Amino acid sequence: MSEFSSTISNKPPLWATDATPATPGLLKRGWRALLRFMHNSPVGTIAALIWILLILIAIFAPSLAPYAPQEADYGAIRQAPSAQHLLGADDIGRDVLSRIIFGARITLLVSIVSVLIGDLIGFFWGVTSGYLGQRFDLISQRVLDVLMSFPALILALLLLVAIGAGLTTVIIAIAVTRIPSSARVIRSVVLSIKETAYVEAARSVGVRPWRIMLVHIAPQCIAPLIVIATLNLGAAIFAESALSFLGLGIPPPAPSWGNMLGGVLAASFRPSWWLVIFPGLAITISIMAANLLGDALRDFLDPRLRSRLN
Amino acid sequence: MTRYILRRLLIAIPTLIGITILIFLAMRVLPGDPLAMTMSEASGKYVLSEAELAQARASLGLDKPYYQQYLAWMKEVLSGNLGHSFWTKEPISALILRRGPITAEIALMAVLFSWLVGVPLGMVSAFWRNSLLDYLSRMAITLFIAVPSFWVGLLIVLFTVLVLTWRPPLSIVQLWEDPLTNLSMTVLPALALGLGLAAGQARMTRSSALEVLYEDYIRTARAKGLAEKMVMWRHVFKNAMLPVITTSGLALGGLLGGAVSVERAFGVPGLGTLLVQALNDRDWMMIQNLVLIYGVIFAAINLLVDLSYAWFDPRIRYE
Repeated sequence: MSEFSSTISNKPPLWATDATPATPGLLKRGWRALLRFMHNSPVGTIAALIWILLILIAIFAPSLAPYAPQEADYGAIRQAPSAQHLLGADDIGRDVLSRIIFGARITLLVSIVSVLIGDLIGFFWGVTSGYLGQRFDLISQRVLDVLMSFPALILALLLLVAIGAGLTTVIIAIAVTRIPSSARVIRSVVLSIKETAYVEAARSVGVRPWRIMLVHIAPQCIAPLIVIATLNLGAAIFAESALSFLGLGIPPPAPSWGNMLGGVLAASFRPSWWLVIFPGLAITISIMAANLLGDALRDFLDPRLRSRLN
Repeated sequence: MTRYILRRLLIAIPTLIGITILIFLAMRVLPGDPLAMTMSEASGKYVLSEAELAQARASLGLDKPYYQQYLAWMKEVLSGNLGHSFWTKEPISALILRRGPITAEIALMAVLFSWLVGVPLGMVSAFWRNSLLDYLSRMAITLFIAVPSFWVGLLIVLFTVLVLTWRPPLSIVQLWEDPLTNLSMTVLPALALGLGLAAGQARMTRSSALEVLYEDYIRTARAKGLAEKMVMWRHVFKNAMLPVITTSGLALGGLLGGAVSVERAFGVPGLGTLLVQALNDRDWMMIQNLVLIYGVIFAAINLLVDLSYAWFDPRIRYE
């Protein structure tokens, strides 16, 4: 044994030659991953750029919007798109473009925060239920069954009627509807990691369960979590716009893309097309970008997820 | 199979109980009291006086402890009594029977549409993968998965009103009373719901057919000289349909939710419109029982999906 190890130590092993560079810093590795992502998936890159643009629009809304979102100009009631009002004006003369720009704030805030809350809860739920298993898993799966026994929109409506409509409550209601999907997927990922040799090894040397979950299992679930969260963004935007469209989400004077579509057709016998087209386009583009980015991230970070997500 | 059905039914029972508990809690514990919501409505709606409120509470049994209220509700529901609307006093079961068929019709037509369009599109796309046709169909799929169904509905209404100067009828006409009027009311909402679903089906069919295409038995089928048409229909299509069937079931459930906003876009007086109306009027008994109906239907669909899955794929039964 000693003879064998001495022969190795004299000569550096083949794989430790100059062909293997030192591990680069986190920044550099991140930069390289980004370049690789952009190279592998141009569509995903465009989708990411659209989302960055949306976030910038939301942040700088006050300086970008030509008018205040609540400012009613009674001379411009239901004016078609023109130089003054690029995307037209609504029933009380508010500028549609400005409302869409400010609406981005609400829509992005609701979707991002609700996905963060919902998917983080789902993450902890999935990790603990998958790793601890047994009775805890059984009970938590039944609870998820109950949450999944309602169409997402109906569940959100039920929660909203319980806690009242408003920005915070819409966020909470949508967050709850996002829990089951992430909890289920994360759980299935955990179940396969649980059987790996290194978890087995950690368990056999007496590492405590919470530490195994934290150190060995949770980091492996971060890539799936990012993918699910991105895909859920689209679902959250849909939920917010549908709820607000029904008049049960974000209350009206504040602009959200969904509530802009709310009373549009009931308002008159000849509906104004620009009131229908533009907010809907904003919703569609942001949902599509979230879906495409989610797909690209899935293929990039963890292609095995494809079968789990279906 | 019988064992599997029994086991699956046993799992469904705690889920159903959980559904009722969740609805009950949401309706009562959180805001304090269902009638408090009616009280606090300050937007020009009818507000009850203290005396009326106490009387209404007593007549609805809301002055009793929660567990008694819950048991009383369960007893009523199990004996088929869904109560009355708080405002119009109409029996809720009659309302559901009148409006339910319209929603069911829209949802079923949407699923049918998604099969007729989505499945062939997915098969064609998988068969000629990376062709121009595949490329175009994938673009359409990406687009229609993202487009909110209620917005498609609004666009359709916009088109019919502005270009065709036609509005769908708004009264409730059942299919068996006057098929033509009924269809003129339900076909377009079904189309609005079905487009997104068809895109989902096409995507599912494509990826599942592509997976099957690389199976050994497909190579065998080709190797023994089977005509390509036979390979496609006998081997690929049949095996690729399993996930498609499952997603249709789940989609049918999702449609019940989507139908709420699509019905609103078209002004169709279906179950979803009834629910939104009940939510706006704070008609709590109606909300409670309507949401229950949605939950039960959804749970039943999930059950059927699982059973059909086991029926088509015997491996599941012995898990």
